[in-house]
Amino acid sequence: MSTEVNQIEELANKEYKYGFVSNVEAETFPKGLNEDIIRRLSAIKEEPEFMLEWRLKAYRHWLTMKEPNWANIHYEPIDYQDISYYSAPKKKPKLNSLEEADPELIKTYQKLGISLEEQKIFAGVAVDAVFDSVSVATTFKEKLAELGIIFCSMSEAIKNHPTLVKQYLGSVVPSTDNFFAALNSAVFSDGSFAYIPKGVRCPMELSTYFRINAANTGQFERTLIVADEGAYVSYLEGCTAPMRDENQLHAAVVELVALDNATVKYSTVQNWYPGDKNGKGGIYNFVTKRGMCKGVNSKISWTQVETGSAITWKYPSCLLIGDNSIGEFYSVAVTNNYQQADTGTKMIHMGKNTRSTIVSKGISAGKSNNSYRGQVKIIKKADNARNFSQCDSLLIGDKCGAHTFPYLEINNPTAQMEHEATTSKIGEDQIFYLNQRGISREDAVNLIVNGYCKEVFKELPMEFAVEAQKLLSVSLEGSVG
Amino acid sequence: MLEIKNLHASIEGKEILKGINFKVNAGEVHAIMGPNGSGKSTLAQVLAGRKEYEVTKGEVVFEGKNLLELSPEDRAREGIFLAFQYPVEIPGVSNTNLLKTALNEIRRYRGLEQLDAMEFLTHLKKKTKLVEMDQALLSRAVNDGFSGGEKKRNEILQMAVLEPKLSILDETDSGLDIDALRIVANGVNKLKSHERATVVVTHYQRLLNYIVPDFVHVLYNGKIVKSGGKELAFELEEKGYDWLKEQKELV
Repeated sequence: MSTEVNQIEELANKEYKYGFVSNVEAETFPKGLNEDIIRRLSAIKEEPEFMLEWRLKAYRHWLTMKEPNWANIHYEPIDYQDISYYSAPKKKPKLNSLEEADPELIKTYQKLGISLEEQKIFAGVAVDAVFDSVSVATTFKEKLAELGIIFCSMSEAIKNHPTLVKQYLGSVVPSTDNFFAALNSAVFSDGSFAYIPKGVRCPMELSTYFRINAANTGQFERTLIVADEGAYVSYLEGCTAPMRDENQLHAAVVELVALDNATVKYSTVQNWYPGDKNGKGGIYNFVTKRGMCKGVNSKISWTQVETGSAITWKYPSCLLIGDNSIGEFYSVAVTNNYQQADTGTKMIHMGKNTRSTIVSKGISAGKSNNSYRGQVKIIKKADNARNFSQCDSLLIGDKCGAHTFPYLEINNPTAQMEHEATTSKIGEDQIFYLNQRGISREDAVNLIVNGYCKEVFKELPMEFAVEAQKLLSVSLEGSVG
Repeated sequence: MLEIKNLHASIEGKEILKGINFKVNAGEVHAIMGPNGSGKSTLAQVLAGRKEYEVTKGEVVFEGKNLLELSPEDRAREGIFLAFQYPVEIPGVSNTNLLKTALNEIRRYRGLEQLDAMEFLTHLKKKTKLVEMDQALLSRAVNDGFSGGEKKRNEILQMAVLEPKLSILDETDSGLDIDALRIVANGVNKLKSHERATVVVTHYQRLLNYIVPDFVHVLYNGKIVKSGGKELAFELEEKGYDWLKEQKELV
């Protein structure tokens, strides 16, 4: 872990030098959204003409759309004219030491086992550039470049790799896909771009960790990952440290493309501010994530650990177009206090012999509501498609809710479907049993919850998995009386 | 080691234990026998600290400490182990993980160093061998999908690993065939030492052929109505509990 942490710190220090952030004037747009705003945004980002057209088209379509209301979530209407759609990556208020940071935040960092140096970055404390950062960062960049891998910010990609962007942006999630995706297409400020060329196996986990500044532009993030024929990439999004943000609305879009024999593995740990114990504040997280298994034998695997946000609306999906392609979705979604999550996946089987696996583990505590919503669709010509779905709900306490909304649409008689669903509660007898072995109540709950999530955690990269376990225990703190 | 004085306990307002007195010294094996509903399991649960039971009167002193003031986990950390009559299933949590967490919690409480993964595994293997248990039990989720016999054996394995001072076996013999019974009893006997004590709760004499008690107490209607040596168990087996009930009513 420590080498990685060092790299993170070093890269964080070097953000400008390595061009991770567009060098724009500090500026914040007035509130409100119209075509002028979009033109200004595109101009500031020095985008080519096609991008502006693309954004405007999305915006015009968005105007004709209605906010979806089918999800099992409740919130006050959002005033889209009361949001500022661009704010130059401004520096977080820099503190001189950790002592000046919010003590609650620091306590959480400590529980998560985040190193002191890393804590400083997250809390916005100026980090001393004491490491020999140039060499590590350069090695990292050089290694990727040697293999022809492109990994940069979306803004940079639009400027430096317009052909790739033009070819793939919106190819999986069209700008007209849904209300939040259209909004994102019109106004996205930045995000990540990765391209893995033919036959290349990306030798390291690509991570937004390496571009920590992206967290500050996270309101309308746009991510595009393309794995060319035979390529492999594993991408990590987010981190376990709680992320505070003054923007309440987040509407990100992530697109993954896997060509023939390519594999994309995308792991997320989402820990945006969930609001306080009484349900005040917190991020509204409306995310569209979709992967396209375009080529034969391609594979896309989503793994997510969702513990943050006041509202989560998110369905990482796979379009299984290529024959023999594979889609996977592994999810742990935790809600506590007044959090609401409506999350799941869509597996659309279009090619022959396509397979999909869905493992969803919902955990509800406090007064929260946790819904699994998943669709498995098998089109007429998708012979021999197979799906396995397992949706489990775990309840902690008796004031929370767990809901499951599975949708199956099967248009081919050769399909094989398996669906398992369970709902369980952490029993007092289980807790007493563990107490009797010397384990405290809180540790007992953690042990049970982690056991319950094991199938998903084992899909996460090792270090992420360890952090995810700690994160779960922090998220569920105080949920057992 | 353990001294129970005039212990009264009730559940949902109903008094189950009506003045229990007995004393267990290190190195001893006590058997508590009695007909169904006499309060045997209640006594075991009360000692372990199950909060559904309310102690209304009396005292329990364990190793000089007031046991009733301690939380269930602290009682366990002080060295009390209850082999459950109905071991609970915990899906997804492996036996090894449970035992490592438990042992390290107990060690922390006692101010001992934490065992790392290797040290723990060495300890675990040794104990598994000692009680002649199948290694395969270790990687399985706690009691999940175990047969009745496997669950009981698993309790004994946990006992071996956690090395309690006082083990309370609550009807560990129920539902066991003769082979499983022998394995369980064997495990208990191997763990016997002059520093440790065992309380066996049962209503058949059968188990006591394998685990030979130093003392036998007969519990009836929430009270110990007779205490004696191991021969008392044989007498009970022969005459049944009615004999004592009559005797008690005469008194």
